[in-house]
Amino acid sequence: MKTTLPHPRAGVLLALLALAAAVAFPLLAASQQDTAIGVDTLIFVAAAVAWNIFSGYSGYISLGHAVFFGSGAYAAGIAARDWHINGGAEFALLLLGAAVGAVIAVPFGLIALRVRRHTFVVVTIAIFFIFQLMAFNLSFTGGTTGLPAPFLLWSPVTFNDRFYYVALVIAAGTIALSWLIRRSRFGLQLRAIRDDEDRAAGLGVRTLRVKLTAFVISGAITGMVGALWFFFVGEVLPQTGFDPIFDLTVALMAFLGGLATVAGPVLGALILEPGQQLLTQQITSNYLSQILLGGVFLVVILLLPRGLIPTASEKIRSRRASRRDRDVSPAARGDLPPGSPAGGPPADRAAGRPA
Amino acid sequence: MTTKLLHAIVSGVLGGGVYALMAVGLTLIFGVLDIINIAQGIMVVLGAYLSYALSVHLHIGLFTGLLITVPAMFVIGVAVQWLFIRPLTGRDRTSMSLLACYAVAIIIEGVLYWAFGPNYVTLSASYTTSSMHVLGFYLPYIYLYGFAMAVALVLALYGLLYRTKFGRAIRATMQDRTAALLVGINVNRVAALTFGIGVAVTAVGGMVYGATSSGFNPNSGYDLISRLLAIIILGGLGSIGGALAASVLMLTIESVVDIWSPTWAVAVFYAALVLVLTLRPAGLFGRQAARAQ
Repeated sequence: MKTTLPHPRAGVLLALLALAAAVAFPLLAASQQDTAIGVDTLIFVAAAVAWNIFSGYSGYISLGHAVFFGSGAYAAGIAARDWHINGGAEFALLLLGAAVGAVIAVPFGLIALRVRRHTFVVVTIAIFFIFQLMAFNLSFTGGTTGLPAPFLLWSPVTFNDRFYYVALVIAAGTIALSWLIRRSRFGLQLRAIRDDEDRAAGLGVRTLRVKLTAFVISGAITGMVGALWFFFVGEVLPQTGFDPIFDLTVALMAFLGGLATVAGPVLGALILEPGQQLLTQQITSNYLSQILLGGVFLVVILLLPRGLIPTASEKIRSRRASRRDRDVSPAARGDLPPGSPAGGPPADRAAGRPA
Repeated sequence: MTTKLLHAIVSGVLGGGVYALMAVGLTLIFGVLDIINIAQGIMVVLGAYLSYALSVHLHIGLFTGLLITVPAMFVIGVAVQWLFIRPLTGRDRTSMSLLACYAVAIIIEGVLYWAFGPNYVTLSASYTTSSMHVLGFYLPYIYLYGFAMAVALVLALYGLLYRTKFGRAIRATMQDRTAALLVGINVNRVAALTFGIGVAVTAVGGMVYGATSSGFNPNSGYDLISRLLAIIILGGLGSIGGALAASVLMLTIESVVDIWSPTWAVAVFYAALVLVLTLRPAGLFGRQAARAQ
């Protein structure tokens, strides 16, 4: 997307400012409760951006990403239990979570990516339920009682800080990766698939390979995030690791901020996750917050179908165009064909879209 | 062993009839509106809870209660379509409508938890507890009544689709929306009514489901929708005959596998789905056109 901010470097500046604020947050936070919300939020930032790398860019809406999240959590839990890993060393198991996510994404993708549209969404949901069923019924997952995480003997005053910074590194890395992919040839191929898959294939894009690569990247990050979430929360149950609400939440975050943009899912997660956490503290009823989540989703879909960032940048663009219009002399304006909204928007839009 | 197998097959076929009714509603909605109503599962549970509330609080019989729950579910269906599905337009309509239906589903689930709590309940009446002796095993009457009603309703739907003018309008809209619009069919009305009919059948499906299952709670919607989705994909999206065949086939297989391993019987559904999609992505009875993006 072409930058829509007043200055080309403003985006970089904004990102650096946000990063600085994120680094400083635990030092300023009043209580462990606040930093806990911070960790949760960063986990969802990473998960939503990872979801967007596949579903946003390629247009294949996955409602089965909890497969990777839960598998990462369970892989870390089983490894920590069987290899007796605890303390700071458990962060090494995040890499195992990523590896398991990537390995599962290959057969998952090979089956699901053969079909498109509705059928794809439905297949992701079906595979998600297979995994939840396995978590309930296989012996090594602990069944309905789930798995506990190793107990950490860290000071309760700074307990969350390590989790916070690890989550921050993962989230920042994922955002950087999303940005790189969007600018790359690979990202262009993904968006070509989204716009017209058959034509993209006709133009020489190896569609299955491109889609599968994005799916594996997305799955690996989600698996890693799942492992981190597991150590942070302290246990995993089949219904919390493989949670249908997780599938919906990451999708909602990306939709709210703006599908297929770099900053969209970040913004969506930054709004929704703290919002939901604060809401849960206020109204103790889980069911009510579930109803509210559904309500917010419907409102977003109906009122902001393209998400916050595309809608806002459209506004900025048209305002700048009208300002430019005022600056241009009447004679120059006369050159334009009648009926076209002078200058800015059509040209900008053409430049903003992949050729 | 033979008796067990026979029992499994009979109850699979009878259960399949009930699933067929719910799946036909789902596939009909897909055919006309080109969306998948992810909320169908929780709507079945809602239908079951409506029957439950009527029978427990107002002492209205399960079958009599359908006179109230079917119109109620029809109205809910039309309202959901009118409020949340119809306004969606543009390129992302497909994915948006799926997400909108999902959002509706979690709202209904939350409301049901709020109203009824997480405890499992069952629908009971004289015909759910008493059973008749056939072929060497006992079969509760509700299985027979439910199956008979499901068959009658599926036949009625067939009659509606193939013998009435409105049915012709529905089929025309399924085939080509633009052409239907050109010959003067009010496509928006057809879409709203189809969604209503597709949801109304969940009232019946929900009642029979509630009376035949060992118990349900608001969470049961997920189990139902995943089975229904597997059925309509196996049958081929938009194919009504396919949905019927796939329901009976899958429920029978599940019920037979259940003899050996109750825990994994459900997995048969998904395993079959994965297998069929790997070999034949359009489903067993689907047209290849279902693949077009």
